[in-house]
Amino acid sequence: MIGRLLFDSKSLHEDQLAALEKDSRQYGTQGDRMDYALLLDGLQAEREQGITIDVAYRFFATARRRFVVADTPGHEQYTRNMATGASTADAAVLLVDARKGLLPQTRRHSRIVDMMGVKAVALVVNKMDLVGYDRAVFDRIVAEYREFAAGLGFTTVEAMPVSALEGDNVARRSERMPWHTGPALIEWLETVAPRAGDADAAFRMPVQLVHRPSPDFRGFAGRVASGRIRVGDAVRVVPSGVMTRVKAILRGFHAPTACEARESVTLTLADEVDVSRGDVLAAADDPPQAADQFEARLLWMDEHAMVAGRSYFLKLHAKEVSATVTAIKYREDIATGAHLAARSLEMNEIGVVNISTSHPVVFEPYAKSRTLGGFILIDKLTLRTVGAGMIDFALRRSANIHWQAVDVDKQARAQSMHQQPRCIWFTGLSGSGKSTLANLLEKRLHAQGRHTYLLDGDNVRHGLNRDLGFTEADRVENIRRVAEVAKLMVDAGLIVIVSFISPFRAERRIARGLFEAGEFVEVYVDTPIEECEKRDPKGLYAKARRGQLTNFTGIDSRYEPPENPEVRVGTVGVSPESAVDCVIAWLEQRSR
Amino acid sequence: MEELEAESIEIIREAVANARNPVMLYSIGKDSSTLLQLARKAYHPAPPPFPLLHVDTTWKFRDMYVHRERMARESGMRLLVHVNEEGLREGVSPVTHGSSYHTDVMKTVALKQALDKHGFDVIFGGARRDEEKSRAKERIFSFRSQGHRWDPKNQRPELWNLYNTRLKPGETMRVFPISNWTELDVWQYIRRESIPIVPLYFAKERPVVKRGTQWIMVDDERLPLEPGEKPQMRKVRFRTLGCYPLSAAIESGADTLDAIIEETISARRSEREGRLIDSDQPGSMEKKKQEGYF
Ligand SMILES: Nc1nc2c(ncn2[C@@H]2O[C@H](COP(=O)(O)OP(=O)(O)O)[C@@H](O)[C@H]2O)c(=O)[nH]1
Repeated sequence: MIGRLLFDSKSLHEDQLAALEKDSRQYGTQGDRMDYALLLDGLQAEREQGITIDVAYRFFATARRRFVVADTPGHEQYTRNMATGASTADAAVLLVDARKGLLPQTRRHSRIVDMMGVKAVALVVNKMDLVGYDRAVFDRIVAEYREFAAGLGFTTVEAMPVSALEGDNVARRSERMPWHTGPALIEWLETVAPRAGDADAAFRMPVQLVHRPSPDFRGFAGRVASGRIRVGDAVRVVPSGVMTRVKAILRGFHAPTACEARESVTLTLADEVDVSRGDVLAAADDPPQAADQFEARLLWMDEHAMVAGRSYFLKLHAKEVSATVTAIKYREDIATGAHLAARSLEMNEIGVVNISTSHPVVFEPYAKSRTLGGFILIDKLTLRTVGAGMIDFALRRSANIHWQAVDVDKQARAQSMHQQPRCIWFTGLSGSGKSTLANLLEKRLHAQGRHTYLLDGDNVRHGLNRDLGFTEADRVENIRRVAEVAKLMVDAGLIVIVSFISPFRAERRIARGLFEAGEFVEVYVDTPIEECEKRDPKGLYAKARRGQLTNFTGIDSRYEPPENPEVRVGTVGVSPESAVDCVIAWLEQRSR
Repeated sequence: MEELEAESIEIIREAVANARNPVMLYSIGKDSSTLLQLARKAYHPAPPPFPLLHVDTTWKFRDMYVHRERMARESGMRLLVHVNEEGLREGVSPVTHGSSYHTDVMKTVALKQALDKHGFDVIFGGARRDEEKSRAKERIFSFRSQGHRWDPKNQRPELWNLYNTRLKPGETMRVFPISNWTELDVWQYIRRESIPIVPLYFAKERPVVKRGTQWIMVDDERLPLEPGEKPQMRKVRFRTLGCYPLSAAIESGADTLDAIIEETISARRSEREGRLIDSDQPGSMEKKKQEGYF
């Protein structure tokens, strides 16, 4: 279909056509005819396997307008690819095979483009040549689709009967279907309004860059997300709320007196105000909100499932913060729109979730602004882009909860105990000796007159965490709770000893992030798995080997050893006393 | 055009915001010239905060070297020139070693050498998606694992204008700010902005020889003539300027920007056809990219 579009808009060159003819003979599925699909399957790997693995961008132009086509094939990865393509699209062209009518995938694809905020849709009923250009077939499909689409957010649905193979109703209206009075596809595409609406909204410009090449120039560069602004207009810096005026506008080498949505500019301001990358310059009388808790729709794009409680990087316009999904409200079945309960999101699944960020971010609901409402999540270890989100609204809580400032603080409490509060975190395989060492360490500290508390995995699992099992999601939550408890205890002035397998690096990193520099001491009890299995104090390895325990660390669930622990102790051929000596020595060296 | 320019500038600024050590590849052609103009506009009133890197095969047309020096001077940017000295010592040339070997040694390998030598992590290039089939799927921020390898299956999805610019040590990012431009857009922009370009793009009487179906320009004595070959004067120009003699000229009367644009609109052949390296073997561009070619 897209091949036909390119062909009919004369966007193909002679040599490309020659190559296409050759490819059609070699790989084509249309017999002797040109297989236009081959124009778009770019990678050789794909051509050989007859699959398309990604979004391809193509360009064509008519006398009236220039188009970018994001071709997003409907295979396995379709949700992710289609969402990617739709994220920047003004219109969607949905193809329906006239012989097959609406398929579940038509509905799926519609929901995805709707979710991504596309408003104009062409329903192209293709292969009309194979149903004898029968009007009744077309009318039936269109009626069915309109009924379905009424429940979605499209503002325009234009249906057209097409034969991409023969070129009917692609560039020109078809003589074979005189009963169709609407436009041909290209005609229609020419009339779709590009997402302009933004220009009439209130002014917002996320600051990409604080440009300070010399002491006498300080500009704020970014791309205007919405609205317009003139030199002399009042602007507000969000989230700080400080107000000032626009002193000058630079667009390239020119200094216009005004600029508007979608332009990349540099603004200088009348006052020396504090502005950083990720702040938003906004109309003074109508600024956007900042919040650190949202409800959002989240599309998961990574093979490794999304786990609530795990920390990711979140990027929203030019702002990057840490973020966690605090709750999955429900998962949405993309085929039916039904809400399903979920504890995690697998690749290509979509859910409505609550998100909490480490710092407030300036945003707008996605429905109002794609630029200020769309975000991506990045895995902190692999650095892959793992999720795409669309903010619905800020959770009230976040606007109203402020930290209660207290007069007796951690330092005061620590001083009265004559100690430096710490969290000493033992990690290692089951049976590695964590509990033994932790126990011994507490005894030694206690003897020195220190105020301590020991949090042990088994004990905590019997109380605070008894509702949690051993799935990855539960393990993450297990650690999150323990880390928070340890943090409160450190705040109380205590030396907290934590003894948990805590197998995942990402969670230990989150735990570490809760504490001030120097407070968190990671002790890696480095005992080889063979040795742990030999010891097997609780008989768990044996059980796991017999298949009576699942998700057992080291057997069928992974353990990620720390990369840079503060202390690493071995337990083979070393007495527990001397292992604990290492920890004590480390502490003494760093005590004030 | 406004939209394309604004998007490209946004991309350049975004890439630099998180880069440790960015650089712009400058190959002297029209796409590089466009890219350079965009970078300068993104950072006006200061020069862009990164150097230009020219990976020199030593087989560029003479006019190109002249142009390179001029643009470095005018932009106020630092110009780094890298040559694969080893290749040079071995006398690797497109004439004797064939286009594919020459490109590999003097471009792909040389580029990696230069990147490693300076430790660049973010590398701007002027590639466009409309140039070639496998480019249509290239990301704007194209992620390269250690050793500069490009794995088409391991690229990051790009939604909205949000780019994941995070890198681990040893990984790099190739950034293509004019991904969404077409050849015609580039010409129209060059006209609108009065961007200086190498004169070879304009038609002129030049000494050429016919090889196969292509016109090869005789720039100087670097091109050995085959027995019986005699340069003839023809009015020709170049649509794309790669390495001499790997870029073929086309017969054309287009000696102004208006005429070039007119010709581009009615062109029946795509510009890459003039590049001999693409047609070496099927999927050849894809293969070169996996190995680290731009
Ligand atoms: N089913 C299952 N039970 C486990 C696993 N790991 C530990 N347990 C049980 O849960 C207890 C507490 O585990 P945890 O707090 O994670 O670490 P520990 O204190 O170092 O053993 C263990 O002593 C076992 O009884 C596991 O992987 N799977």
